Amino acid sequence: MKHKQQHWRRWLALLPLSLVFLLSGCSELTVLDPKGPVGQSQKDLIVFSLWFMLGIVVVVFALFTFMVIKYRNRPGRDDKDYDPDLHGNTAIEIVWTVIPLIIVIILSVPTVTTLFDLEKPPEGSQDKEPLVIYATSADWKWFFSYPEQGIETVNYLHIPTDRAIEFRLSSADSMAALWIPRLGGQKYNMAGMENTLYLEADEPGVYDGRNSNFNGEGFTEQTFKVHAESENAFKEWVEKTKKEAPKLTQKKYNELLDPGLSKKLTFSNTHLAWVDHGTNQDRDYAIELHRDAYQELLHLDNERKDDKEHE
Amino acid sequence: MKLDEFFVTGEPLIYAGMVSIVLVSSAVIFLLTYFKRWGWLWREWLTTVDHKKIGIMYILSALAMLFRGGMDALMMRVQLAFPDMNFLNAQHYDEIFTTHGTVMIIFMAMPFLIGLMNIIVPLQIGARDFAFPFVNALSFWSFFFGAMLFNISFVIGGSPDAGWTSYTPLAGAAMSPGPGQNFYLMGLQLSGIGTLATGINLMVTILKMRAPGMKMFQMPIFTWSTLVTCFIIVFAFPILTVALALMTIDRIFGAQFFTLTGEGLPMMWANLFWMWGHPEVYIVILPAFGIFSEVIATFARKRLFGYNAMVWSMILIAGLSFLVWVHHFFTMGAGAFVNSVFSVSTMLIAVPTGVKIFNWLATLYKSKIEFTTPMMWALAFIPSFVIGGVTGVMLGMAAADYQFHNSYFLIAHFHYVLIAGTVFACFAGLEYWYPKMFGHKLNERFGKLSFWLFVIGFHVTFFPQYFVGLDGMPRRVFTIIPEWMPLNVISTVGAFGMGLGFAVFCYNIYYSYRNSKREETGDSWNGRTLEWATPTPVPFYNFATVPHVDKYDAFLAMKEKGETTYDEDKLEPIHMPSYTGKPIIMMAILAFASFALVFEWITLAVIGLIGTLIMMVIRSFDYDEGYHVEVEEIKRIERKARRL
Repeated sequence: MKHKQQHWRRWLALLPLSLVFLLSGCSELTVLDPKGPVGQSQKDLIVFSLWFMLGIVVVVFALFTFMVIKYRNRPGRDDKDYDPDLHGNTAIEIVWTVIPLIIVIILSVPTVTTLFDLEKPPEGSQDKEPLVIYATSADWKWFFSYPEQGIETVNYLHIPTDRAIEFRLSSADSMAALWIPRLGGQKYNMAGMENTLYLEADEPGVYDGRNSNFNGEGFTEQTFKVHAESENAFKEWVEKTKKEAPKLTQKKYNELLDPGLSKKLTFSNTHLAWVDHGTNQDRDYAIELHRDAYQELLHLDNERKDDKEHE
Repeated sequence: MKLDEFFVTGEPLIYAGMVSIVLVSSAVIFLLTYFKRWGWLWREWLTTVDHKKIGIMYILSALAMLFRGGMDALMMRVQLAFPDMNFLNAQHYDEIFTTHGTVMIIFMAMPFLIGLMNIIVPLQIGARDFAFPFVNALSFWSFFFGAMLFNISFVIGGSPDAGWTSYTPLAGAAMSPGPGQNFYLMGLQLSGIGTLATGINLMVTILKMRAPGMKMFQMPIFTWSTLVTCFIIVFAFPILTVALALMTIDRIFGAQFFTLTGEGLPMMWANLFWMWGHPEVYIVILPAFGIFSEVIATFARKRLFGYNAMVWSMILIAGLSFLVWVHHFFTMGAGAFVNSVFSVSTMLIAVPTGVKIFNWLATLYKSKIEFTTPMMWALAFIPSFVIGGVTGVMLGMAAADYQFHNSYFLIAHFHYVLIAGTVFACFAGLEYWYPKMFGHKLNERFGKLSFWLFVIGFHVTFFPQYFVGLDGMPRRVFTIIPEWMPLNVISTVGAFGMGLGFAVFCYNIYYSYRNSKREETGDSWNGRTLEWATPTPVPFYNFATVPHVDKYDAFLAMKEKGETTYDEDKLEPIHMPSYTGKPIIMMAILAFASFALVFEWITLAVIGLIGTLIMMVIRSFDYDEGYHVEVEEIKRIERKARRL
């Protein structure tokens, strides 16, 4: 008898527990605490769907608990509410087909509208032209090129707040994905093609960004920091960089493409002058240079990864 | 090639693996020799074409693979709970999550379910074996050698390390040099032959060999789920076969189908992989639905609610499963319109799945629930799977998926559906049909202990992962930031709970073998379907006389009328297939060719392929038509089995 009671008690206990978890913890979770309009629209969609999902879970769990307790075979139970030949009921079956269908329709509408919205710069900042940044992944580092400003950074990013950023995503070699969870969802970086991803920060701060798509040994360390700052602070940073940072040469760039980790670097020109990995003719640029480099492993472990910061 | 390139060197964990492989193989060889069991092994098992024995071999292999994949999982959990210990470095971690995923899907979940189908489906439809018993043996050996080929990679040559999805260009020759990825390609290709053949075999068996009178809509629901699964296999597996072949040609012969150079199409791999991969998910979940339906109806002591709706929802799910593959890469940038279409089609799958959930709940309505261990697994499945299902709908909303994709939210979702669905079903099905297979039940006390350890461990492991995913933790990282530590430690504790549950389950097999009461009738659970009409142990020909079926729950109807599957007046000689060693030999030679191809030893591979062709020629001149079991022999066997 005892285990039977434990069985339903467990599920009863799990329900409020998960609610507590949800309500207390969620406000701090990265994805549910976005710092920009793109992440906000995705958070709204997630929270909207979460209510329906919680509703479904509550209904099913309640029905389940009811059935398991009421219809367990206990000593002394008579056959009054036992109907072994009950095999269907068209009306109720239609009800539980139509209700989920309605829920799917309700969820589809905001999904589709958000999908189309995400293909455009966020509303609200449309008075300003988006800032174009080419984000190029190369095993296992990030190149950020600012063509209008004529500067390039490796493994870190400066952006102005309250202005849409138009990322032009591509990769020199393996497929990666640019993900800055505080600002919004990810898209793939692929060699030989270009993806556009709009993101925007509306609060200054330093946010984590990374490659979220597994692409080999250095994947875990393919991260970067996003420094979101006011338009003026951003302009200052650009001016300072243009004055102080060295020039990137093609030779130096080719060396940087060699598979491995890299420290943060800054240059006062961009590699777009000689190669754009997002175009079909440059898709094999890196692989032709470093075809044999993958024979050697990095032997990366938790101690080695700190080198990246110290270098 | 030098010997230290052939064997994997430098990792203490792998040396330990080598030592244990040598020890276990020596022990097996010693025991077989000591007890003079080599002849028995060959005559009774290695050459068998009996679907019940083949099924048992499938399940034993799958349990071994569950152990292997589980060890991989525990190693990953240890690394993530104690990243500073440097238990695994980046490369080793990559290899382990790759083999964990591949082993669990291809070499654990599918063979386990195919094993149960092997044993149960012919019994449920009143057949005496598969339509093609020889092909069934061939299928098993192709799976077995494929699994062995894949598993040996971690000591010989090096494991694949590009993820179980093996996306190109990463998995191509340039970025993944060495034999590792070839093991993946050849292991999957070899075992895929078996899966495809089994799909055709079971499909023909179900369509052509049902007991007289049994209409399609009178088939047991597990048989229906198998039939629908077979259709998915037959349509989906050729895609994988082609994709694997193209990548093999890329890697070994220098073609450029999926490469960055030479105008290859690396993203085509992702499409082909998931055009197989998504239906594959339903290949492992639909039979699970079938098992739960059987178990719930049996132990609720009530007819399955909404049988027709159950069948049609499975057919609908199977159809939809081919129309949603893009949801695995919404983030590839196909555009808002394409993503909208696949978003809606993905969410639509929730409708027939929801219908099934409500039908199971309605089956419990006005029932008499008996809490046996198989029933506990089936009951635990319902709420657990619902959590996995609703988060699946959330992932299906493409705009939100941009945030969930590649994160632990996704990891939590698919473990919730695949463990609560497939793994719970494997345990439920094995414990439910165990007496039919082995002549005794599994002990209930140990069964329930392993159930609670596993189920609680499962929730403790994967529930926190939804939250750590929303906190931005990506999958496949070998080390984590401090913010993610607490939830990861909880996950690791849960994982060891699951491991303990599995250990108790295995001990229970031994304990019950020693201590359980032997079954005296064939009807261990007061069953409803034809497999329980056979005596236990099941005679090799299954049914002395095949019953005439005109109702759903055929055995229930037989019991009411007092009929059995042994009617002395109707006995006739039974035609049975002969055992043969050709399947194992043919597949061993093909495995040799595959192994040679992994190391790109072309001459040896060609020799192996010629050997396989020769075996095929020999087989086609094989005029063995099987043999007949005489009436007197049947009488003797049945009287003994039925204690008449």
